[in-house]
Amino acid sequence: MIRVVLPAHLRTIAKVSGEVEVDVEGEVTQRSVLDALEASYPMLRGTIRDQSTQKRRAFVRFFACQEDLSHESPDAPLPHEVAKGTEPFLVVGAMAGG
Amino acid sequence: MSGVRVLVGTRKGAFVLTSDGKRDKWDVSGPHFAGWEIYHVKGSPVDPNRLFASQTSGWFGQLIQRSDDGGATWEQVGSKFEYDGVPGTHQWYDGTPHPWEFARVWHLEPSLSDPDTVYAGVEDAALFRSVDGGQEWQELSGLRDHDTGPLWQPGAGGMCLHSIILDPTNPDRMFVAISAAGAFRSDDAGKSWRPITKGLKSEGIPDPEAHVGHCVHRIAIHPSRPDVLFMQKHWDVMRSDDAGESWYEISGDLPTDFGFPIDVHAHEPDTVYVVPITSDSLHYPPDGKLRVYRSRTGGNEWEPLTNGLPQSNCYVNVLRDAMAVDSLDSCGIYFGTTGGQVYASSDAGDNWAPIVRDLPGVLSVEVQTLP
Repeated sequence: MIRVVLPAHLRTIAKVSGEVEVDVEGEVTQRSVLDALEASYPMLRGTIRDQSTQKRRAFVRFFACQEDLSHESPDAPLPHEVAKGTEPFLVVGAMAGG
Repeated sequence: MSGVRVLVGTRKGAFVLTSDGKRDKWDVSGPHFAGWEIYHVKGSPVDPNRLFASQTSGWFGQLIQRSDDGGATWEQVGSKFEYDGVPGTHQWYDGTPHPWEFARVWHLEPSLSDPDTVYAGVEDAALFRSVDGGQEWQELSGLRDHDTGPLWQPGAGGMCLHSIILDPTNPDRMFVAISAAGAFRSDDAGKSWRPITKGLKSEGIPDPEAHVGHCVHRIAIHPSRPDVLFMQKHWDVMRSDDAGESWYEISGDLPTDFGFPIDVHAHEPDTVYVVPITSDSLHYPPDGKLRVYRSRTGGNEWEPLTNGLPQSNCYVNVLRDAMAVDSLDSCGIYFGTTGGQVYASSDAGDNWAPIVRDLPGVLSVEVQTLP
């Protein structure tokens, strides 16, 4: 079970509170986690990554285990702690604007 | 008793303002989609309880919401706006080629005959249509594929398709306007388009006969007379009597002919409303006085409407999609400001009162007249 922390606006869109949990088949990567997240919460399609190109939206960042993983390959394995479920995968809206 | 429902899009959510036909006491609901920019909310003329809303964010992109109960509850529908084919380039501010990139939906225009059909005007400028209530969107790419497309340039607010007018007497005829490409007409239900800019004069365009490059801020019609178009251009208030084939200026005695919205009285096709703004570099009313100007002669002769509007120290703007009229007798006029006020007049503009004063900056105002 992968734990995912969403920013407040996306929790509202997904109609969830707190962390969400998703099951990932195979290797745990940004792509497989986001695929699973969007399969469970299709209303999030397009909010984290572009619906056509699948690229991360510019003002969205990914963190885990105190590391900024935003510029890692979407197919790179996520930290072992995320795969085990002991640490969450954080989707963060960049701090900008008001 | 009949009533009205005013649909307000703001920088931090949507608000629904309702009243009976007297229009003096208002119920305010919202914010809906709190914290998100709501560029536009509009109801279906066929099914007034069906509303569409453009919900957008610089962080999380574009969402489309639909209500089937007049805004009490909402359902997220489709938001995949994919340009048809290889989008190519338009011109950037500096004249260099720039790839077409979807940014947001500025305007939603529900069909006049089918509650499941709705058009979306987007930035970078293109026209999309859904025929299933907003679930799936297809581009009407004949517009963007026009020969002039590579020459289109953005205005200061982005290259937005902000006006969509459906001719109520001819289902094949549509008008759109784009900042800063100009105005276009289709006579085959959106398949092909041509610029309708003859007579427009825009400072800064080297070729005075140029078909594109005019910063059209808004166009409006009266449904009984769809061949007559009124336009608020960047500068100049313009009129066409031949469905856009040619335009002539009707700025007349306005204190300034810069502005954003323009609208037409529901029962008087020659009564037109604008909100003059000081200039392109000073986006607030002249002399700190918020004045709507009304022409009862189809242009040129304008009268200021000030009763109930602030006449000192007012430095708000009224954006292009932030004015609307109801069809009650007498006609109600509504507009919202960047300062968060929504003003209403239930007597065609003679007297005004704020419905709300302290909303987030208003991006759009629409009104539905309810049975």
